[in-house]
Amino acid sequence: MSIEAMVGDASVEPLARPAEEPLLKVDGVHTYYGKSHILDGVSLEVGRGEVVGLLGRNGVGKSTTLKAIAGLVHPSQGQVLFEGNSIVDLPPHRVARVGIAYVPEERRVFPLLTVLENLRTGLDRHGVAKAKKAELLDKVYAYFPVLAERRNQAGGTLSGGEQQMLAIARAMMLEPKIILLDEPTEGLMPRMVSQILEIVGALRGEGVAVLLVEQNVPLTLEACRRIYFIEKGAVRHHALASELQVNDPVIHQYLGV
Amino acid sequence: MNERRLLVYWAGFTVILALLIVAPLALPEFWQRFLTEILIWGLLAMSSDILIGYTGMVSFGHSAFFGLGMYGAAAALVTTRPPNLWLALAYGLILAAAVAAFVAYFSTRLRDIYFAITTLIFSQIFYVIIFTSTAWTGGENGINFRRPAFAIPFLFSIRFTPAVMHWFVLGVVTLSYLLLRRITQSPFGMVLQSIRENEARTRAIGYAVERYKIVAVMLSGLFAGLAGVLYAIQNQFAAPDFVFFLVSGETVIYNVIGGIGTLIGPMVGAAFFLMLREAFSRFFTEYYLIPLGMIFIAMVIFMPRGLLGFARRWLNR
Amino acid sequence: MEIPLDQILIQTINGIVTGMILALVASGLTLIFGIMDVVNFAHGELFMLGAYVGVLTLAATGDFWIALVVATLAIALLGALIYLTTLRPLIGRDPLTTILATFGVSLVLQNVALWQFGPVARKIEEPITGHFSLFYLDYPWYRLAIAGLAAAIIGALWLFLKFGTYGIWIRATTQDRVMAQAMGIPVPWVLTAVFAIGSGMAAASGVLFGPLVGVNSQMGTSWVLRAFIVVVVGGMGSLSGSIAAAIFISLLEAYASLWVSPAQAVIVSFVVLILTLLFRPTGLFVPTAR
Repeated sequence: MSIEAMVGDASVEPLARPAEEPLLKVDGVHTYYGKSHILDGVSLEVGRGEVVGLLGRNGVGKSTTLKAIAGLVHPSQGQVLFEGNSIVDLPPHRVARVGIAYVPEERRVFPLLTVLENLRTGLDRHGVAKAKKAELLDKVYAYFPVLAERRNQAGGTLSGGEQQMLAIARAMMLEPKIILLDEPTEGLMPRMVSQILEIVGALRGEGVAVLLVEQNVPLTLEACRRIYFIEKGAVRHHALASELQVNDPVIHQYLGV
Repeated sequence: MNERRLLVYWAGFTVILALLIVAPLALPEFWQRFLTEILIWGLLAMSSDILIGYTGMVSFGHSAFFGLGMYGAAAALVTTRPPNLWLALAYGLILAAAVAAFVAYFSTRLRDIYFAITTLIFSQIFYVIIFTSTAWTGGENGINFRRPAFAIPFLFSIRFTPAVMHWFVLGVVTLSYLLLRRITQSPFGMVLQSIRENEARTRAIGYAVERYKIVAVMLSGLFAGLAGVLYAIQNQFAAPDFVFFLVSGETVIYNVIGGIGTLIGPMVGAAFFLMLREAFSRFFTEYYLIPLGMIFIAMVIFMPRGLLGFARRWLNR
Repeated sequence: MEIPLDQILIQTINGIVTGMILALVASGLTLIFGIMDVVNFAHGELFMLGAYVGVLTLAATGDFWIALVVATLAIALLGALIYLTTLRPLIGRDPLTTILATFGVSLVLQNVALWQFGPVARKIEEPITGHFSLFYLDYPWYRLAIAGLAAAIIGALWLFLKFGTYGIWIRATTQDRVMAQAMGIPVPWVLTAVFAIGSGMAAASGVLFGPLVGVNSQMGTSWVLRAFIVVVVGGMGSLSGSIAAAIFISLLEAYASLWVSPAQAVIVSFVVLILTLLFRPTGLFVPTAR
């Protein structure tokens, strides 16, 4: 189901708007883990600068979907298009360079690298001017002052919330066009959860798209524009966040116990 | 279906056995001895398969078991007059068992790569000890001795001609194979394989994994020691070279080439390797390891299951 | 039984000299293991081939230092080649296969050397001749030079890893290969480069060590075993641990050879290994920060 169909107002003539290619398009992706069929034909789209949510219970394939996009899991079938080009056969480091940043569920900051070194894994890219690098670094320190404070501290010694910020900051160093965020609020204190919300908002403000996998419904409803619901390895439902409420039966259906 | 398979298996087994029995009568002496040696190395490879193929423990320590079995037999044959076959067997097996117990102790505390490296270093420890204890072991030159008679007291006594030697070795190896086969197919063997598949799960189910590993190492060590005794008797000398870790390395090569976890596979691997070596040394003289090594590497990459790997399931039922 | 102090001091220096070379060999090995979980059996042969390339280059140019550089680069290249042809295809498979593959490579390399260079040992001339008086001995300057050079090379490696983009890439890949890829680090090239660096370091050790003993096709075997022991005792993957362990073990062996023959002194390292495995399997010298 295309974005235009979802978002397009009936009062606006389709022809008045130029057809816009989605930034990211996942089409009928299947993956296996050994003999287990994990993703059973996942299809979704994310537009430029759009924040899209992916909700579902544990184990339905949300993380695997992100991994398939990032190139960490190779689909046996299906297509992944980024800016119109197929990236499904690219190795993960090329996917990152194309403009897709991945922030995994476990955060996975490099434990023995300092905060600054962690950031540098994304910052030290060819063809980026020194001035630009300094600028990126300053920007991220402005967003996350605590990282500036701890810049020479080893990543593994940071608290959970700090590590989450580092993981997101690190992703931002890639100057990505889209960030794949896997359950950023998991295990965080409520105070940090609202901070995550702010960060996602800031990303949207910068024009960076976000594909947000979550189990925290209120956060997702507030941060995202559209939401996909996954169950048993495939997208089963799709709605605008504005049309949903926390108590929606749809929410219960896909997230309830 | 199962019955038919078993029939085919035993038929094949009998045919091969028959061929091996007849061999000494048909082959010229060189090839006859060659065949006997293949059987001995095959036994060593089989013993190693218990650990590598069935329990999932890669060991580079088999040269220790083999070498000590060999030196044990040498000790018996040199110190008693007349040299006694059964004493040689006894000494060799006991010494091998002692070493196996030593290695077994460590096997339960180390996993995977650490175990492999440690077993390798153990072979080297024994190598250095044997190499430098010149007074006891003849050091670098090894020990020479005479073959005992094939004698059962009060029953008979025959000289070990090459043919008789061959049949003796064949008998021992065949019995060993049948015994090992029985063991690997028993509940005990099943537990070993379960350990190979997933050690944590086997432990979680309630099996005392450590005990099984110890028994596996002892078993493996005993049969390797037996191979060492046979080798000593066959060649009438013992040398430190056989305790050098290279022998362990070659044993692992036979296992991988032939197909681990099949018992017969390693035997075939040994035969394949030794025949290739024979062939290559005609063309490449002493540099045969260059093409042979490359073939081995290629097999590791492209045929990891070995020559008989495809038949693993079949051979185990 | 009284051992005179000067003998102990001499052995201390000998122990440190051997220890530094062992440290150089072991650091390549531990670097490779740390980043790709590969136990490089062929490491000793890379050491040996480095020495041979040193011999050839020395014969061609007459300059030891050029020989050192050429050997390091040549064997680094060989290492990259070996990695690409035999180890990269094995990524993702059972770790046993890499041990076997590198074992196979060591067999091939050793025999190629034997074939090309023959069984007679070659000699590398010391670049720095002359002795100084150390108690009752004329102690060669060159030995001290080796220790210094080895330390310099290891120091350079440490600096490279600590600072600089590529150092960060290598450390990141060692700590979390998947995330390194997700950050755009070209991990396949990093792995190749690390194997090349490790190989180069082994080669450098071979050239440095060459003047002390003859260069022959077997010289690698004993070194690779001791290097393995050092790597395990030092904590697999720990660079500082390997260095400390190398010096520790070499010192112990040097002292032991005051009492027993050098061939038997090797047992010391075996004993240290066994004790380590029994009581501190993660490594005797793993720094507490880890």
